[in-house]
Amino acid sequence: MTQRYVMSIDQGTTSTRCILFDQRGRLVSVTQREHKQHFPRPGWVEHDAVEIWRNLERIGPEALAHAGIGPSEVAAVGIANQRETTVLWDRRTGVPVTPAVVWQDTRTDTLVDELSRRPDAHVVRERCGLPLATYFSAPTVRWLLDDTDGLRERAERGEVLFGTMESWLIWNLTGGPDGGVHVTDVTNASRTLLMNLRDLDWDPVLLGFFGIPRAMLPEIRPSSETYGVARRVLPGVRISAALGDQQAALFGQTCFHRGEAKCTYGTGAFLLLNTGTEPVASTHGLLTTVGYQIGDQPAVYALEGSIAITGALVQWFRDRLGIISTAPEIETLARTVDDNGGCYIVPAFSGLFAPHWRSEARGVIVGLTSYITKGHLARAVLEATGWQTREVVDAMNADAGIALTTLKVDGGMTSDNLLMQFIADVLDVPVVRPMVAETVSLGAAYAAGLAVGYWPDLEGLRRNWHRAAQWTPAMDPKRREDEYDNWRRAVERALDWIKPAAG
Amino acid sequence: MPGPVQSIERAAAILRLLAQGSGRLGLTEIANSLGLARGTAHGILRTLQLVGFVEQDEATGKYQLGAALLHLGTSYLDVNELRSRAINWADALAARSGEAVRIGTHLQGKVLVVHHVFRPDDSLQTLDVGMLLPMHATAIGKVLLAYDANAAAAQQDAVQDGELEQFTRRTVRTRREMSRMLATVREHGWASDVDEAGMGEAGVAAPIRGYGGLVVGAMGISGATERICDSGGRPRPDLVGYVRDAARAVSRDLGASRW
Ligand SMILES: Nc1ncnc2c1ncn2[C@@H]1O[C@H](COP(=O)(O)OP(=O)(O)O)[C@@H](O)[C@H]1O
Ligand SMILES: [Mg+2]
Repeated sequence: MTQRYVMSIDQGTTSTRCILFDQRGRLVSVTQREHKQHFPRPGWVEHDAVEIWRNLERIGPEALAHAGIGPSEVAAVGIANQRETTVLWDRRTGVPVTPAVVWQDTRTDTLVDELSRRPDAHVVRERCGLPLATYFSAPTVRWLLDDTDGLRERAERGEVLFGTMESWLIWNLTGGPDGGVHVTDVTNASRTLLMNLRDLDWDPVLLGFFGIPRAMLPEIRPSSETYGVARRVLPGVRISAALGDQQAALFGQTCFHRGEAKCTYGTGAFLLLNTGTEPVASTHGLLTTVGYQIGDQPAVYALEGSIAITGALVQWFRDRLGIISTAPEIETLARTVDDNGGCYIVPAFSGLFAPHWRSEARGVIVGLTSYITKGHLARAVLEATGWQTREVVDAMNADAGIALTTLKVDGGMTSDNLLMQFIADVLDVPVVRPMVAETVSLGAAYAAGLAVGYWPDLEGLRRNWHRAAQWTPAMDPKRREDEYDNWRRAVERALDWIKPAAG
Repeated sequence: MPGPVQSIERAAAILRLLAQGSGRLGLTEIANSLGLARGTAHGILRTLQLVGFVEQDEATGKYQLGAALLHLGTSYLDVNELRSRAINWADALAARSGEAVRIGTHLQGKVLVVHHVFRPDDSLQTLDVGMLLPMHATAIGKVLLAYDANAAAAQQDAVQDGELEQFTRRTVRTRREMSRMLATVREHGWASDVDEAGMGEAGVAAPIRGYGGLVVGAMGISGATERICDSGGRPRPDLVGYVRDAARAVSRDLGASRW
């Protein structure tokens, strides 16, 4: 039978999606399921890795059924995943030994503080390109190994495995305890703080610095290459790509050339700029990361502006405050008023990421008066995403020495017209959405299809990119400056909130 | 006349029960109060839950009235929610058909454009979201008139006895022509406009349905008549197929099971 489709699995922070694409990169079927967010203590964010696996067990076959096809018609499957989220599981039983610790979790803030005061702390940025922060996996793994009796010993013996979500899913798809393949890809590995950015391998100095046993780590592989064949859920289908979701979106937006950039708006927002085959260090608070690696070709690097909380603020409005019942209603509510009424929300729920990197910051709402309604708060929620984008774009322009002329966007929040218009307004450049809003999924599918020859080359993929929508800036410059100034003053009020641990 | 439908009577009784007292009841309590078998009560509750009239507390398993019931008077589906749920299929429809895609809902006798995807040729186009289109001269509007009773009523009020506004000589003119046209739309399950909103412009649209088959909007393509229509001046069957498939896919995601 001819293999007419490629499948993607997008294991995101809020949900997991399975999509089938045809050869022209057009969506043929899509299934999706949200998983639970657990907030057991202030600053803690957890997922249940088993729940996520079960969701995949359900939506994978469902996606095939909706298209009326069997697994034999799928040329390959590619995985994109929420990055840095840490899963530790028992190799023999396949059961996670702790809840999955999500990238937004700040439980390691004291540990990170201690580590960064060590005289050899400079090795971290030198070798992996990233600042020492709670955001990345290594401190989390270290924290978990310290926290649970006997876990370190079991990890040293290779009985307990570490992986980010793609490793966990690939291991389970390829058989789990029964011969599961334990791998990760360069983009995901580049977010652990444990991989040497040039060698693209686990760095013994970094393993030593964090005290993490080599035996628990997956093998690092290119982003586009066949790792194995699925034995469950999609039996017989080759698993041929894995990328962090943000890198997958860069790939899906076909930003294959140096200087091309995109911003993905989901739980958080992430601006990535392709910098070619050399890693470039930032002087303005951006991260250096791996963009992708196709087979045995040289890796392509990227500069990244990471914003922790964008859609998550909408989610907070929905799930914790109950002011809206679905995320898109934030736009309906925001449109009940004409402006923010003087109110600003700085959602520093996990501290502030790029370009500030202030882990002690916490969220604030400023400018409250009796005048403020739910509508003004909803505006402030959306505007927070706009201003945070402005900050990372300013940093990117300063690092690159040239200004961005349009912003390519994708992700769940791009269906919000009010937000997209606001982003165009505050950046003063057009914002463009491509024809496939699920660009993360498309990127994973592209990488998998390339690995198995379903698509011949990168240039062919570029021809599938089309503009689906464009928002043109229309804000008065004076107003833009005043509002930006207010935003910056609001950010100052979020800083220095968590006091350093005594002693 | 057929007699009352028993399951609807029972559903109404369950809602009344939940509207009283503490408003949180377990399955057994509900079944006992109404003298129903647990299985019967459960089946009804699950259906009520599906349409949003009842919610179940995850921790206690108890049932209460759902948010959808409390907002019964306001719009059934938020337009921004509709866009969000339809965006993937609207993109795919534009990619397949090569034409611009719009999703519309009814607003005061007009079509409100709630989503717009550009024609995928990267030419200069501007977003139409928020614009109002005439109902009787566009495929999307005709679908709404055919299936949305409120849209039809609003249109009736607007044209009381006068003629419908004419954009070209092919625009539907009289109420009579209109009802004939709407009968055809209902018969075929889709609508078109050919040189009716403007000469040289054509469109095809199909209904988007939610739970129970309620039409919540319409989705369609539009473009140059020579591209949308065949040499006989009728919409190309392949394009009609793409539009109907996309609208059906959105409907399925929204919970409409039979369409
Ligand atoms: N119309 C909307 N307006 C604002 N935020 C939205 C809208 N639709 C979805 N979101 C937000 O987008 C996020 C989901 O987008 P998605 O790209 O799936 O994220 P992720 O991959 O991080 O899970 C959620 O945080 C949700 O609150
Ligand atoms: Mg995502």
